[in-house]
Amino acid sequence: MTNPISEPYPELTCREFVELVTEYLEGSLTPTACTCFEAHFADCEGCQIYLDQMQQTIKALGKLSEEAVPVAGKAQLLACFRDWKRTLPAVISV
Amino acid sequence: MDFIGVQMSRLELSAPATNRRLINDIPMLTLVQTQELALIAALRRGDEAAFLSLIEQFHAMMIRVARKYVPTYEVAEEVVQGTWLGVLHGLDRFEHRASLKTWIFHILTNRAKSRAQREDRHVTFSDLLHFQIDGPTVDPDCFGPDEWWKFYPNSWDNRVEEHVLGQELYALIEQAVQTLPPDQATVITLRDMEGWTAAEVCAVLEVSEENQRVLLHRARAKVRTKLNHYFDRTNAK
Repeated sequence: MTNPISEPYPELTCREFVELVTEYLEGSLTPTACTCFEAHFADCEGCQIYLDQMQQTIKALGKLSEEAVPVAGKAQLLACFRDWKRTLPAVISV
Repeated sequence: MDFIGVQMSRLELSAPATNRRLINDIPMLTLVQTQELALIAALRRGDEAAFLSLIEQFHAMMIRVARKYVPTYEVAEEVVQGTWLGVLHGLDRFEHRASLKTWIFHILTNRAKSRAQREDRHVTFSDLLHFQIDGPTVDPDCFGPDEWWKFYPNSWDNRVEEHVLGQELYALIEQAVQTLPPDQATVITLRDMEGWTAAEVCAVLEVSEENQRVLLHRARAKVRTKLNHYFDRTNAK
């Protein structure tokens, strides 16, 4: 087994970095890939900005769901439910 | 919002003894699973309150997801309505291999996909492939021959934080998600908007963890690009 410190990790390019962002955030990079990713991140201002933009994008998406949407056609759904209920065998509806 | 949880404490009190025994006999169930068993038992008895709690929890989200596949809001409503019927009629066959939520959304996406194909080919065949390798997610022109940034992207600072409740940005993101291929739109909606886990989304769409990540990444990157254009435009003003 070689000493990982004497064996330099392959250097990532920015173009590779941007394609690995989700895998990194999902925690699915291998330990080696993760080290390469973080080493590039530490060195590269452009990719720091890019990762921050992706994280802000995710945050913004999370805020969208907070908008409550009223349930349209609830009465119709309940009518369907009552129709369905009539098909239930009598034993089940104790 | 823990609507089902609140609902359940009431439902469980009124559950017949047979159901309670069934629940107690199954060891090591999580609270969520126990609540789900009680909910399903209530639905099978025809309990309207149980059905209403399910509608409150999922209906709006279901319309949102259906809308990713079909051309209009009206068709999405029909698909969701049909899904509810499918859920009710399938309840007896529901086997708890998936959670109720993933089972419902699995029915929903299948119905939405076949409706889209019948409807007007809104969804093309390639959209229905689980993912496509459609090139890099960042414009290659942003990078030099060494594949490092030619120019750094402009920092957004914390503008999303300040902006996001603004109608313009809200509409922009909604629109960006809506124009994604359906599976990408569904993944980003469930993961980033609704906070589902990767495993849940994989179960709904029947994709591998890896494909799920690819779909999510492409979707996020496209939304980011639209936001970036928006901020660059508003910066330039």
